[in-house]
Amino acid sequence: MSGQTIEAPVEVEEPDLRDEREEDPPWIVLVWNDPINLMSYVTLVLRRLFGYSEAKATQLMLQVHEEGKAVVASGTREKCELDVSRLHAHGLWATMRQD
Amino acid sequence: MARRRIKRRRGGGYTLRLAQPERDLLVALPGQLASILEGDDPALTRLFPPGYGDDLDASAEYDRLVRGDLIDGKRDALATMARTATAERLSEEELLQWLTATNDLRLVLGTRLRVTEDRQGFMPSPNDPWAPEWVAYNYLSWLQEEIVAALSDAL
Repeated sequence: MSGQTIEAPVEVEEPDLRDEREEDPPWIVLVWNDPINLMSYVTLVLRRLFGYSEAKATQLMLQVHEEGKAVVASGTREKCELDVSRLHAHGLWATMRQD
Repeated sequence: MARRRIKRRRGGGYTLRLAQPERDLLVALPGQLASILEGDDPALTRLFPPGYGDDLDASAEYDRLVRGDLIDGKRDALATMARTATAERLSEEELLQWLTATNDLRLVLGTRLRVTEDRQGFMPSPNDPWAPEWVAYNYLSWLQEEIVAALSDAL
């Protein structure tokens, strides 16, 4: 906490460098179509969990409905795992994989 | 246009205008699901999808990490709905728990009923052995639309 402040930025940068390596592509979170979840519900969940606008959430929901799936988020493995678990907590059929 | 039965209050929270038979159903259903949450009922598969899709090893590891928290969250939501089903007013937090509870109930009932997109709103004949499940499923679908509409007003 004290006396170490000069070294801190060097440590913070390391994960960023790793993230940008080409052999370590980001992970993506997919939501899949299912016959039970209501369209209005899926749109509301995407708005609440990811802060998407109504237009963006509706577009993603329609993509899920019409094409069978849509990428709703991306990032590090840890972030995506958290996103998937939040989607599962809300009953959406979500999976993740490396892009 | 039908008047909304769940309405956002100007001062915060929501008013709930439901008939007694509806409230009775909302007291009874959560306990039925809560009692099977930790078992191996096939209808539960829909509540706990494989996090890594076809990657079975990673999905199993993910499941070990999150299953307990997911069960706790669902149990909390079901308990909140059963406890507040007779209330006239709900807080936003409580209505969000209703949203989760109605959805989990729909997922389990819908899985048992083998619901397809063409069979939303399916009206069973009275002597259909699955008639009570269809009635509950259709009611929860209607209720969830009401909840979604009320919560969307706040966004």
